[in-house]
Amino acid sequence: MNETGYGIFAARMLPKDEPFVQGHRACQGCIPALMLRQITKAIGRDLIVCSATGCMEIISSPYPFNAWGVPWIHVAFENAAAVASGVEEGIEVLRRKGRFYTGRKPAVLALGGDGGTMDIGLQALSGALERGTDFVYVCYDNEAYMNTGIQRSSGTPMGASTSTSPAGRVSTGQVTWKKNLAEIGVAHNIPYVATACPSYPFDLMAKVKKAVEVKGPALLHVFAPCPTGWRCDANSGIKLGRLAVESGLFPLFEVVDGQHKISLDPATMRKSSQDPIGEIAGYLFQQGRFRHLKGRDELIQAIQERVRLEWQKLKAKTER
Amino acid sequence: MAGPKFKTGLRLMSGNEAVAEGALYAGCRFFAGYPITPSTEIAEVLAMRLPQVGGFFLQMEDEIASMAAVLGASLAGAKAMTATSGPGFSLKQENIGYGCIAEIPCVIVDVQRGGPSTGMPTKPMQSDIMQARWGTHGDHPIIALYPDSVEEAFWETIRAFNLAERFRTPVILLSDEVVGHMRERMFLPKPGTVSIYNRRKPRREPDKYMPYEGGAQDVPTMAAFGTGYRFHVTGLFHDRTGFPTNDPAIIESELRRLHRKVDRGYNEIMKWEEFFLDDAEEVIVAYGCTARSARAAVKRLRLRDRKVGMFRLKTIWPFPDRAIRQIARRAHTKLLLVAEMNTGQVLGEVERAVAGKCAVEGLQRLDTEMITPRQLMRALREG
Repeated sequence: MNETGYGIFAARMLPKDEPFVQGHRACQGCIPALMLRQITKAIGRDLIVCSATGCMEIISSPYPFNAWGVPWIHVAFENAAAVASGVEEGIEVLRRKGRFYTGRKPAVLALGGDGGTMDIGLQALSGALERGTDFVYVCYDNEAYMNTGIQRSSGTPMGASTSTSPAGRVSTGQVTWKKNLAEIGVAHNIPYVATACPSYPFDLMAKVKKAVEVKGPALLHVFAPCPTGWRCDANSGIKLGRLAVESGLFPLFEVVDGQHKISLDPATMRKSSQDPIGEIAGYLFQQGRFRHLKGRDELIQAIQERVRLEWQKLKAKTER
Repeated sequence: MAGPKFKTGLRLMSGNEAVAEGALYAGCRFFAGYPITPSTEIAEVLAMRLPQVGGFFLQMEDEIASMAAVLGASLAGAKAMTATSGPGFSLKQENIGYGCIAEIPCVIVDVQRGGPSTGMPTKPMQSDIMQARWGTHGDHPIIALYPDSVEEAFWETIRAFNLAERFRTPVILLSDEVVGHMRERMFLPKPGTVSIYNRRKPRREPDKYMPYEGGAQDVPTMAAFGTGYRFHVTGLFHDRTGFPTNDPAIIESELRRLHRKVDRGYNEIMKWEEFFLDDAEEVIVAYGCTARSARAAVKRLRLRDRKVGMFRLKTIWPFPDRAIRQIARRAHTKLLLVAEMNTGQVLGEVERAVAGKCAVEGLQRLDTEMITPRQLMRALREG
């Protein structure tokens, strides 16, 4: 299926309105900020955002500037999903009383980074998913704690060097595999889980739209390259996103009511007959955080095998 | 301690780096932490340095988990530490209380920033003084130290570990964004020249070991997990065997012992600096980064023949009330000016200690900027 396959979004049909405006303080080439622009365009202004501590909180709200054209709340690091639960229930109460929000119900969006979602915020996220809160949780995964200066998280991929998993003579950087957030969401039996990447904007926006329209909790895991933290060129974020998706490192799929569906199959995107899954060297060596892996072929091979295995597992789920 | 690679000699370091190096000198071989500005450098340095000296660094999934991991590591026999800032310190509090009642030696570094809540991560404040004392619920003793320079951050970290091991209790090392992030020249001693205290181990046979029997000094001996001693650890009130009890008499006597062990160590724990106090009429009471401004103010005023001095707290908790009362009683002391970057968390303690023996005033600043020497001089002129 091509990128515009959902038939909802195409470049000429995009709304001109920008609920997340320019002039914020993100680094050059920030993909999470681009993601926010795409998400808010897809949803529009009927939106309340609950943000966890993280880059997107800091860059979008430094006094006296604010990049948000919609109501926005930041509370702490661990509780974006819990705050969103409160906001959503509060809206419900006011609607029931006929006091407010009597027309269209605004979308409630909780926003957390990989650390704020997979580490410290996982408890609050799990609670909100279990309670069936009608909201959308977006995890922008830039694969480390970038806001405090590139510390590892449970979203950091195997082999990446960060300031708390430094590569050196003894260490090869991160020694654990990335947490599978989407499957954690699926395990909660929620109506909608999807992965997305701003390198595929129409796919992402269509998924956001679906997530909002679904009744009940929806979880979006967005792969968002961070040139500052990944030690790569500021203009390479989009390209890296594509390489990650095309190599199967970060497959794009959605799970509607437990049914897996692959959004983009890398095999159909290439003309060559060679299997693109697991071709990660091109992706890895554009980034300084993987620089030390040169010559460590067994680790690269292990990562490749893992990518292929995960892809097969995903494929098997879609065929059920 | 020969063998492991220690940095020695003159160095240019930040306060946070000095804390990390101090911990290594003190024998810390386990660190569990979570990124939080402005304390993250401690974790970053130890992520690099601990494996080099045969230690273990763990980045945990949140602040609560890192405190819990530190308690576990200490029970397993390692000297353990964590570092955080205000919001993370709040999250750790329940586990710190557990460390107090279960008498688990460990060090918690709190590099203070503006608060409450997210406040201002990149600027200093000194508003966790009372959180260090009463952050966790329940009546408990606590030891808290507060250095004012990079060199002292190194030494006070070592002292924090020694006190934790000596009194079998969590020790809080307070710092602030200024002390944590500023760089100064400092001298790192040769390993082995620093005196290190290690927790007392039980000498009895394993079947007669009482993990919570205070003994002569009210500090129980401590066996490491898995060394053959039966060691039951709980946050419930417990008797000397470590097993839970609801006997009111035992509960009271155990809680009293908990307080007594720190009270009796007053002279060991207490440390302060007296700067030009011999004939001082006006005394600035300060700590942490504020003391640096106070020192400058005292020097400048002394050049103008003003009889001004500074009393600097190095030990914040237990509060050095006897030392302050003594200064207040001196015939030449007229005024104590308590300068701090909060709404008077130490001021109240000073007033309590002085008990009307001399005038006490406060100089407070809450805008996340340091109190300047000029501000202190103005306060003294008007006071």
